[in-house]
Amino acid sequence: MSAKATAEVSAPQATGFDWRRALSNRVSWLPVGASALLLIILFTGAQIRFDSFVKPGVLSSLFVDNAYLIVLACGMTLVIITGGIDLSVGAVMGFSTALASVLLRDGTPAAVVIPLLVIAGASFGLLIGVLVQYFNVQPFIASLAGMFLARGLCYVLVPRNLKIEDTAVLSLQNHRFKFGSWYFTGTVIIAMVVVLVAAWLLAKTRFGRTVYAIGGNEQSAKLMGLPVARTKVIVYVISGTCAGIAGLLFAAYTAAGYALHGVGTELDTIAAVVIGGTILTGGSGYIFGSLLGVLVYGVIKQVISFEGAEQFKFRIFVGVLLLAFVVVQRAIVARTTARR
Amino acid sequence: MSNWLRNLMKKRIMWPIGALVVLIVMNTVSRPTFLKITVLDGRFYGSLIDILRNSAPLMLVSLGMCLVIATRGIDLSVGAQMAISGAVALTIIADSPTPDSLATVLRAILIGVLITLLFGIWNGFLVSVVGIQPIIATLVLLLAGRGIALWITGGFITTINSAPYKNISQGNVLGFPVMFLISLSAIIVVSLIVRRTALGVLTEAIGINPAASRLAGVRSRGIIWSLYGLSGLLAGLAGILYSSNIMAADANAAGANIELDAILAVVLGGTSLAGGKFSLGGTVVGVFIIQTLVSTVTFLGVPSSSVPVFKAVVVILVVVSQAPMVRNWFRRIGPKLRNWLRREFRSSKTASPTATPVAMERTAA
Repeated sequence: MSAKATAEVSAPQATGFDWRRALSNRVSWLPVGASALLLIILFTGAQIRFDSFVKPGVLSSLFVDNAYLIVLACGMTLVIITGGIDLSVGAVMGFSTALASVLLRDGTPAAVVIPLLVIAGASFGLLIGVLVQYFNVQPFIASLAGMFLARGLCYVLVPRNLKIEDTAVLSLQNHRFKFGSWYFTGTVIIAMVVVLVAAWLLAKTRFGRTVYAIGGNEQSAKLMGLPVARTKVIVYVISGTCAGIAGLLFAAYTAAGYALHGVGTELDTIAAVVIGGTILTGGSGYIFGSLLGVLVYGVIKQVISFEGAEQFKFRIFVGVLLLAFVVVQRAIVARTTARR
Repeated sequence: MSNWLRNLMKKRIMWPIGALVVLIVMNTVSRPTFLKITVLDGRFYGSLIDILRNSAPLMLVSLGMCLVIATRGIDLSVGAQMAISGAVALTIIADSPTPDSLATVLRAILIGVLITLLFGIWNGFLVSVVGIQPIIATLVLLLAGRGIALWITGGFITTINSAPYKNISQGNVLGFPVMFLISLSAIIVVSLIVRRTALGVLTEAIGINPAASRLAGVRSRGIIWSLYGLSGLLAGLAGILYSSNIMAADANAAGANIELDAILAVVLGGTSLAGGKFSLGGTVVGVFIIQTLVSTVTFLGVPSSSVPVFKAVVVILVVVSQAPMVRNWFRRIGPKLRNWLRREFRSSKTASPTATPVAMERTAA
């Protein structure tokens, strides 16, 4: 009310572009901007340190190596915007990869296997969504159950490492489309399609608006007559579907089914999404931000391997970064709520 | 009599105890030696003793987790903290010239546990002072903690030879494994602190309504802070037990996924993740359920790696049975079922007139 009044008073006086107002209207993009800035700083730093970091080959491999994580992050972003969380994505991805390796070993054609993987992922998502929405189970516990189930089934499917030899699936990773020194693979195309579809869903559809509304205030969304129950279930189904697709990409990437694939990937995904500016209490976030988050994550990994440093330093670094972002978010949220 | 029974059934702790009894009965049927405890050289042996012993690390972690959850929080970093305390303690023992002296071992344990206490306090700081959601605040340490543990051990798995340290996991006092006695004393100490002082009530107040409890003068910041510290301390002790069991500081395997098991134990024990009322007794039972389940699955010859499937089934059954929708359904179907049973009971009993008064009495009650 008061904010509106001041806006009306100040509007005629304002000469030129009102930076402060523009900024407060776009405050939810601020964390995304911070993440973009961080990415630029990382690139500049790495370029100075290694002299040949920012070049087409390295940048291309950034996308190729993290294609599965990009897909997972898209699904996770939707879930987190509704105020939920999905701990099952790593295990479901592992399950999907294991399923692919088993089916392909038995001679099932890839054209049958791929839809099956997507369906398998979606069913895990449906299970979690139904538990969350209709049985009032907290998302944390429901997705924990999904994670246990998927991980256990991984061991049942592939007690031992199982190689994938199907050429159609492997060509997703092996066949490189080259443009000069740039290159990309089938996995990157799939990941980008998922990003575009998810971004369109979130930004341009009624469903996407409902997702934001639920995250903002579920009670109000319900009272406004939005289809809250349906949307919440669909969000988990989408996340599961993304995990199924990520499993396909991971199968092409690692060329093997293995019971321990994707252990801890759910945490990497959550970290990437948070670094990308999605706020964990829900209601705010962008697919584009999560893409940036995954890239930040990928660059750090790349830098650590360029350095030849031990992998555990990578973990510490990601932890510290996550902390920094969460504190920044906290400050932003505190400021915007104080203004209200 | 029937009132007494009904009151007992209303107690939330009855459900987990029921589940545990079902598990134990199933085990006893499939292997009659399950309940048998033999005494050899003044020590107790048997499956039940094994369960009591092996559940110790999970027990310590779950006690801390239960209190943290009661404040509407969660501590995801307990597994990583276990890795840190093990790494610290074993590095100290490995670097000392006298690994077999009791003083060295005590110093190692003390420093290891103190460091995780500090990490717990750090978590509490992030949650209660900075105001970050508990899931994320502790996720930071979950991500970084194992890295820190590897840093301490220099990226290797430190192994040691130290008789006193080994005794923590292998030794026996009064015939019972030391690990079990440690977990038992932790249960007693924590319950005494929580239930014999106001701390438990204040914790529940914070969990039920943080704003109201603040207005009522509860110093929630200090309480939340110290409970995360306690969780860190207990996790550190669990890490000592774990590393003593394998005599190595394996930063990747120590306490892997134990945070999930601990949360599961707390939820199985009837404490809601939404905070508020908590039950330490229920948590203890929850830990025993998980450990018995693991023991059962291994006994049945199922590869232990597929234990997660069974856990998933248990989680789903328990949370679904606690869901309001299912409860309402039972409430609706319950009276109908009772009436139907009564009718059946009466019609079968009216044939024999002597039993009628009993049936009448039942209906009246």
